[in-house]
Amino acid sequence: MTSLIYKNPTRASWAEDYSFLNNNIENREGLALKKSYLKVSDLNLTINKTHILKNVNLEIPDKKITCIIGPSGCGKSTLLKTFNRLIDDTEGVKYTGSIWVDELNIFDPKTEITEIRKKIGLLSQRPCPLPMSIYDNIAFGCKIHGEHNRKKLNKIVEEQLKAVGLWEEVKNRLNTPASKLSIGQQQRLCLARGLAVEPEFILADEATSALDPISSKLIEELFVELKQDYAIILVTHTLRQALRIADHVIFMYLGEVIEAGPADEVFNNPKQELTQKYLEGAFS
Amino acid sequence: MKFKFIEEKIAKSVMIVFALLVVGFVVNIIYTILRRGLPALNWDMISKIPEGGYYNGGGGGILNAIVGSLYIVLGSAFLGLLFSIPIVFYLNVFLKKDSKFAYIARLAFDVLFGIPSIVYGAFAFTIMISLGMHTSLGGGILVITLLIIPIFIRSMDEVAIQLPKDLLDATYALGATKLETIKVVLLQIAPGIATATLLSVGRAIGDAAGVMFTAGFTDSIPTSLSQPAATLPLSVFFQLSSPNAAVQDRAYSAALILIFIVLVISITGRVITNRFSKNKI
Repeated sequence: MTSLIYKNPTRASWAEDYSFLNNNIENREGLALKKSYLKVSDLNLTINKTHILKNVNLEIPDKKITCIIGPSGCGKSTLLKTFNRLIDDTEGVKYTGSIWVDELNIFDPKTEITEIRKKIGLLSQRPCPLPMSIYDNIAFGCKIHGEHNRKKLNKIVEEQLKAVGLWEEVKNRLNTPASKLSIGQQQRLCLARGLAVEPEFILADEATSALDPISSKLIEELFVELKQDYAIILVTHTLRQALRIADHVIFMYLGEVIEAGPADEVFNNPKQELTQKYLEGAFS
Repeated sequence: MKFKFIEEKIAKSVMIVFALLVVGFVVNIIYTILRRGLPALNWDMISKIPEGGYYNGGGGGILNAIVGSLYIVLGSAFLGLLFSIPIVFYLNVFLKKDSKFAYIARLAFDVLFGIPSIVYGAFAFTIMISLGMHTSLGGGILVITLLIIPIFIRSMDEVAIQLPKDLLDATYALGATKLETIKVVLLQIAPGIATATLLSVGRAIGDAAGVMFTAGFTDSIPTSLSQPAATLPLSVFFQLSSPNAAVQDRAYSAALILIFIVLVISITGRVITNRFSKNKI
């Protein structure tokens, strides 16, 4: 299975192809060294006066897999949707506090929301390919950010499909509808589509829960592969998945962050009683 | 046999009888039109405009009405799409699901949907008079556009309302603005757009009351938007009003042509949409 996974080239070598994404090329070349940064301070979020997230303070480590765990309804997905402000479309939502992505406060009215979302890729629970061909699914993001050069697009499509191990499977049918792919392939396509706009973070909301075990394993392996270049934030219901791949763990309960820290510490030596109970399976 | 199986058998027979009944009506209508119209149909009918005394059995054809109807249908379908796509996009992408404005707008479109075309005709006619306009092709196109916009909007909206939230989210997550999602939205609702267009075209080409005051009727083919235009339904009406049986038969031929045009447009529409909707998820 691992043989399918294409070794990512270093970011620096991509810089030329992706220069359209950021005019600041000099800056891009140093990206491999640059730290991506996501910090949440005093985040409170209410939906129609229901307090969903309570005083959340977090830091997401770069180039690691961070798993957010916790029982259903504890606000994991809401927190994830707040990171790229997809939560804005929810009726009656109000938030206070701040989330810093690199040097931008995402709640600042002056911050361009599309800029934030470009930095933060999203992989949803069910694969959601765009109603287009396989090729256009990947090219769409680049096109909306201004890249229309066919040659460059071809290159990006090939690279990203290789990065998710899909190239060999689809290279002869790039113009067929993405909906014709199997569900596992669709999810990898969605991952590739997100990678094509060169994010710094990847958010995954239970991205493997709708998949068969083999596809699910493949996605997990991809995450491990991709953490060299991206900070990956994973919401998961499967504790075992978190145990397998997490470097950093955040445990949430009823909208509060109960415990956060390196996976080893949280799993083997939880400081909070609640965390201990959750890990023992006392509730889920 | 258990009661529930008997129940199912009865229900199934009722469904079949009703379906056959409706199909029977359609077959009957088409048969009547074919029986009376086909013998009267000749090349002159579709290649010539009426000559002197046409409505009393003189020579000529109804090319004026065929061309007039096509002008009005194509013009109004184009304008209708132009107006309704932004409206549907706004209602479904820009407004939140429980928006009051969207609710009121949808209610308004439902009311407009139910207004008879003669009222649209009368309404447009008063406006045309106040503007000093005469009956004209332009007036006909405008009133038919008004008539079909609610059909366009409501039938596209029914499809657009089911746009998966995940699909929009996935597009936003790539850094798209709301406007930039339009390509995704249009591709996803393409079958809805096709259905809406076919419904609208069917209504537009068959409408007589709306165009009576606004497009008028003429024996010549309009060469500009300001000239009056003939339409097929009115042509059918005028020929059917004749006491002369031969002219009445021509009315059936005209109806046959009308149905044929609708059929061609429907099939073309389906073929085109199938090409566009193959990517739908």
